[in-house]
Amino acid sequence: MTDREREDHGMGRGPERPADPESGVHEPVEKLAPDAAARERAAHTPRPGVPEPERTGADRGEPTRADERAATALEPPHGGASGLATALTAILPGSGHLLLGSPARGAAFLFAWGALLAAIWLGWEAISGVTEAGSLDDWVAIITLGLGLLAVWLGAMRDLRGAAAEDARRTAARHAGDDPGIQDRSGDSQWSIAARHFRQNVPALVGLVLVVVLYLIAFMAPLLAPYDPIAQGDLTTTGYLPPSGDYWLGTDQFGRDIMSRIIYGARISLAIGFIAVAIAIILGSLLGAIAGYIGGKVDAAIMRFTDMVMAFPRLILLIMIIALFEPSLTLIILVLGLTQWPGTARLVRGEVLSLREQEYIQAARALGFGRWRIILRHLIPNVLAPVIVAATLGIGNTIVLEAGLSFLGMGIQPPTPSWGTLVADGRQNLIGAWWVATFPGLAIVVTVLAFNLVGDGLRDALDPRMRS
Amino acid sequence: MAAYVARRLLGAIPLVLGIATIIFFVVNLAPGDPTALYFNQNVPPEVLEQIRRNFGLDQPLLVRYWKWLTSFFTGDFGYSFAHSRPVADIILETLGPTLILAGCTLVLIFAAGIATGVIQAVRQHRPADRILSITSLFFYSMPSFWLGLMLMLLLSLKAHEWGLPFALPPTGMTSVDYEFLSFGGKLADRATHLVLPVLTLSLVMAAGIARYTRGQMLEVIHQDYIRTARAKGLPGRTVVLKHALRNSLLPVITLLGLYMPLLFSGSVFVEVIFSWPGMGRVIVDAIFQRDYPLVMATSFIFALVVVLGSLVADILYAVADPRIRYD
Amino acid sequence: MALLEVRDLRTYFHTEGGVAKAVDGVSFHVERGEVLGIVGESGCGKSVTSLSVMGLVSEPGRIEEGSSITYDGRELTTLSEKEMRGIRGNDIAMIFQEPMTSLNPVFPVGDQISEALRLHRGLKKKEARGRAIELLQLVGIPVPERRVDEYPHQLSGGMRQRVMIAMALANEPDVLIADEPTTALDVTIQAQILELLDELRERLGMAIVLITHDLGVVAEVCDRVVVMYAGQVVEEGPVGDIFGRPSHPYTQGLLAAVPRPDRREGTLAVIPGTVPPPTNWPTGCRFHDRCPYAWDLTREKMPPLFDLGGDHRSRCWLVEHPERREEVERTRPVFTGGAAQ
Repeated sequence: MTDREREDHGMGRGPERPADPESGVHEPVEKLAPDAAARERAAHTPRPGVPEPERTGADRGEPTRADERAATALEPPHGGASGLATALTAILPGSGHLLLGSPARGAAFLFAWGALLAAIWLGWEAISGVTEAGSLDDWVAIITLGLGLLAVWLGAMRDLRGAAAEDARRTAARHAGDDPGIQDRSGDSQWSIAARHFRQNVPALVGLVLVVVLYLIAFMAPLLAPYDPIAQGDLTTTGYLPPSGDYWLGTDQFGRDIMSRIIYGARISLAIGFIAVAIAIILGSLLGAIAGYIGGKVDAAIMRFTDMVMAFPRLILLIMIIALFEPSLTLIILVLGLTQWPGTARLVRGEVLSLREQEYIQAARALGFGRWRIILRHLIPNVLAPVIVAATLGIGNTIVLEAGLSFLGMGIQPPTPSWGTLVADGRQNLIGAWWVATFPGLAIVVTVLAFNLVGDGLRDALDPRMRS
Repeated sequence: MAAYVARRLLGAIPLVLGIATIIFFVVNLAPGDPTALYFNQNVPPEVLEQIRRNFGLDQPLLVRYWKWLTSFFTGDFGYSFAHSRPVADIILETLGPTLILAGCTLVLIFAAGIATGVIQAVRQHRPADRILSITSLFFYSMPSFWLGLMLMLLLSLKAHEWGLPFALPPTGMTSVDYEFLSFGGKLADRATHLVLPVLTLSLVMAAGIARYTRGQMLEVIHQDYIRTARAKGLPGRTVVLKHALRNSLLPVITLLGLYMPLLFSGSVFVEVIFSWPGMGRVIVDAIFQRDYPLVMATSFIFALVVVLGSLVADILYAVADPRIRYD
Repeated sequence: MALLEVRDLRTYFHTEGGVAKAVDGVSFHVERGEVLGIVGESGCGKSVTSLSVMGLVSEPGRIEEGSSITYDGRELTTLSEKEMRGIRGNDIAMIFQEPMTSLNPVFPVGDQISEALRLHRGLKKKEARGRAIELLQLVGIPVPERRVDEYPHQLSGGMRQRVMIAMALANEPDVLIADEPTTALDVTIQAQILELLDELRERLGMAIVLITHDLGVVAEVCDRVVVMYAGQVVEEGPVGDIFGRPSHPYTQGLLAAVPRPDRREGTLAVIPGTVPPPTNWPTGCRFHDRCPYAWDLTREKMPPLFDLGGDHRSRCWLVEHPERREEVERTRPVFTGGAAQ
């Protein structure tokens, strides 16, 4: 027996449960839990203020709801209705759900399928010509489309089995005279409780769907955009055209289609938001964890520096740096990422400081566990929840900030379409062509709102004090 | 109390020094030379050299740093390349408008934000709470530059076309005929010019305060002492507005410090859009013109106001919370 | 007529996980000037009972139809919120378990006492302050004229609980509900607070409802005891009867679990298991799955409160089937040191 194993037994944890086989396409939020082990850990190491879940069926070795569901999901659905439903779903995802009496889910799958088919129709020209003249962009778009179709199909099939099982259990429960409304709520870790709360949060779900749709649009831009976003048209005939059947959102002064430019602009915003926040989170978490865990002079130095950066109006720091160098995509991502870490650093430091004093960390120390082991097994899983929330909300902020830089002419340089630049273009002729500034701005609002809705939903779900 | 304030002021000195240092090195370590970018290509190299010497750019970096720092803290901010005027003059001229804008916004966002947050907390999970939550999240998600343009379009440029009974002035701080107005007229003129910029900034920023206040209120409402207050037989209004609000507002005070940088970042956009003659607009122009002395001075003043703001917040907090002892 | 009478009180919490029947048909009464103890483990519904009497049950909790709480002949459950406010803190006052968190940290303690006086008595600011100082003196706080301006964080736990008592006594209530008033305090302070409560009762003639899980406390100060389990009263009676000849196995279990200096040998008895969740009370007698005497009848049918005479009642089938008790005790010891590991 190695030392590691001995330690594990010393902790008194039982054999780890296998990962929930359902944490796939069917319930994307389940992915919140990295693995069953982490959940198990989370269940036994509650955050401050998290009520320890009651001793559960799982602890006593009894089957839980999730296990049951998993078991039924693996069996082939039986009975005439579900057989027919499966066949229908295989042809047209979502139709089977309608048959089994879950119209909302059915409609959602049907809609997703329809939207992707519409994308094929819209981008047929590009798709059919991809083998001869396809650029990398086109290939990425087509692969995304294919994966999207596959995901919807698989998701519908899988969800149908779940729905059938649910249906069967409901019927059985009705026969047995149990109240199906009251289900066994036990056997849940912090993460799966959070997942359940998130799923009940309609605005957050709307936000999540929007985010997914936005990323799909960004990846499939060549298929969806009706016109070339950069090539200029005939200035006299197509400049400043108001919204119409040909140009849904109108054209700008150079006769470029606003909608196509917005669709391509989504790539810039989403890419910058994601990468810059990733940089900020990694850097901030590291600095915060080091400051909080080591303490002393290291802590003081890091926090002084953090205060300094935070005291600076961030926009001014950004435009200073960008104006001194030449603006480029890489530079913008870098400076956005490198100026956003202080918030995360403070957050993580605070969490680490409060966790350090928790009994179970003290206990782990007293038992002589190594520093890295404590950091990896105890601190990171507990700090993760607030960091995820901060990251999601941070993406929204970063997108607004990038748009602002572009608006001031210090972000993405023309002719590359970026939402901020589009609004700035519109500012030049606000009275004559209101649509040029309005629609790109709306795109920013929708995107940022989507990320904020998801972030809020995650916070409500992960912070037990926010739950009702 | 005085000792506490003095101690906090002293504590802020290294912070201010550090900020000044960051500004200096960011600006001076950047590639390129301010003179090369600013001056005409046709200027003979000897003349350029002379100019560089005049600005002290030929000396080693650390010497320049020390000189800059010492003159900086004696109030000598140098000479603006672009404006051909002392930087201090420009700052004196533009600081006022920026502070008016920021001050009005600050008052409005805290008043509106706290009121909204309290209403939401009292009506938690009811329609009023949900509607206000979504509305404030909506505004919170808006870029201020876009909201500013839209408000300008709606309430000013197209106001008559769309049948509004009034049209606000779209830009500037005063009207063209300002000089000829009576005192009351002058006041009203300034006020109407303030509406759009302040409204833009406030709509975007109040949302954050509302959300925070709501969260604090909800936390406080579940405290034991609120139950005690109810057990005394106090009416619900007193319980909420006296016992709960007072406790919830304590952490909200700290937002004051956190919101200062956001406020000034936001005012940069608003000043640009509404042609507000403040420091935000000056700094953007200065950066484009590579007017380094002006860039360094204005960004330093911004940072200084931010530091002062958070200092005020800390002191207010200490005064308001009896548990903090400042002796 | 009893001063405070609770009849068939049912307080349910309607949550998404089901209906939690925290208090499920509780009846008891309190006479003027007496001390009634309500005893039970955590989760048995004793705190919710007291909050129900105060009308302080918050969402999603609700006092169900058919419940009745009368104070001095007035039905409280049908009073408007405004009328109820006139009773709260005036006729019926309450002190809570956590003196550390039950006082508002941002107001001086004097103001918090004055508040109740100014609200119910309409006293002026100055008068209320004077009275607050008197009250602080009454509850044994030294240098009250200085303490009156201090903030809660400047006082110790025991002092804070005294302030809580002073606040509750401000309007000389007829009934004082004390929910675990000593649990959060040191043992020596506990005794002082209990003594203070008893002394004040004698002096002011109020009734006290003392909610606790500590039988030692009950024995010391109570006149009568109500034992609660799983949202119901399982046994009630004069303190002598409850301690001298407890009838319900749960009461016996509780008593056996109290350390007693006169019973040195053996280990303390333990009641196996825990209180079941209030969304899902067991059928039949709610104690049956933890009861050493359980048999078919107890599992199927809920026992009524049997009258044992002398105001002593017990909700246990053993009252009707005493033979069962002997039968079980012949085969193995019950609720003695050896019964539990």
